[in-house]
Amino acid sequence: MIDVEALSCQELVELVTEYLEGALSPADLRRFDEHIGGCDGCTEYLAQFRRTIQLIGTVTPDDLTPEAELALLEVFRSWNSQELGGAPPGG
Amino acid sequence: MPTDAELVAALRAGDEEAFRRIVREWHPSLLRVAQIFVPTRALAEEVVQETWLRVLGALDRFEGRSSLKTWVFRILVNTAKTRAQREGRVIPFSSLHDPARVPEASVDADRFLADNHEHHPGGWASPPPELPEDRLIAAETRELIAQAIDALPANQRAVISLRDVEGWSSDEVRNALDLSEVNQRVLLHRARSKVRQALEDYVT
Repeated sequence: MIDVEALSCQELVELVTEYLEGALSPADLRRFDEHIGGCDGCTEYLAQFRRTIQLIGTVTPDDLTPEAELALLEVFRSWNSQELGGAPPGG
Repeated sequence: MPTDAELVAALRAGDEEAFRRIVREWHPSLLRVAQIFVPTRALAEEVVQETWLRVLGALDRFEGRSSLKTWVFRILVNTAKTRAQREGRVIPFSSLHDPARVPEASVDADRFLADNHEHHPGGWASPPPELPEDRLIAAETRELIAQAIDALPANQRAVISLRDVEGWSSDEVRNALDLSEVNQRVLLHRARSKVRQALEDYVT
């Protein structure tokens, strides 16, 4: 067996997104799971991290302001009228 | 959801409702990404307008090799970079493509025991306190999270907005921003870590 050094709490908190994305190497995944299995602090940390991601998902994205929407519709309309009219004005 | 081919056909036919729908859906994300490159929301709005102008003008050349969304975001990134240059703003390459070069701790180092601690090197000195669920689900907490996201550096803010607010996949974000898998994850992890810390500070 290769002697794999155990993960410290301070190291584990840096790996949580990699863990959640399934991006840890098999060796690191095993160290992660072994550590979590015996550490209340890191178990709580992982749970909070997951809960944080859920809560971020409830945030409403910034609204499109009516002014911005109008400006973009103008872009579309002028493009559209040029398309229908063939050559762009003046060209 | 219509397919990309249907959307392109609708836009080419001058279907304003189809245009309005994708604008509403993508605008917050387009703004977030533009703000990686330009300093103000007003400039970002201009970049988004210029992007749509280019997108519509180039619609005939869309070949469907990437999704329409990825294609639009690629054009946005190019437009934003050009605009930033014109504004005389230098975007440090590292800000998006080499974030790991500047290390950032997910949790403050002083919350852990020293590396040479006799029994528990690098263990929790001050473990995360439990977060009371009734505070987490309060409406003010959502506002706090939105503020914490706004306070992030623009590159982290863009990645967490796309991934965790908008629900994009990691591949979608990587393709739209032309980021490596590792860099995308570094930015996402830093952003999430800061939001978690903000929650802890707020509710405990």
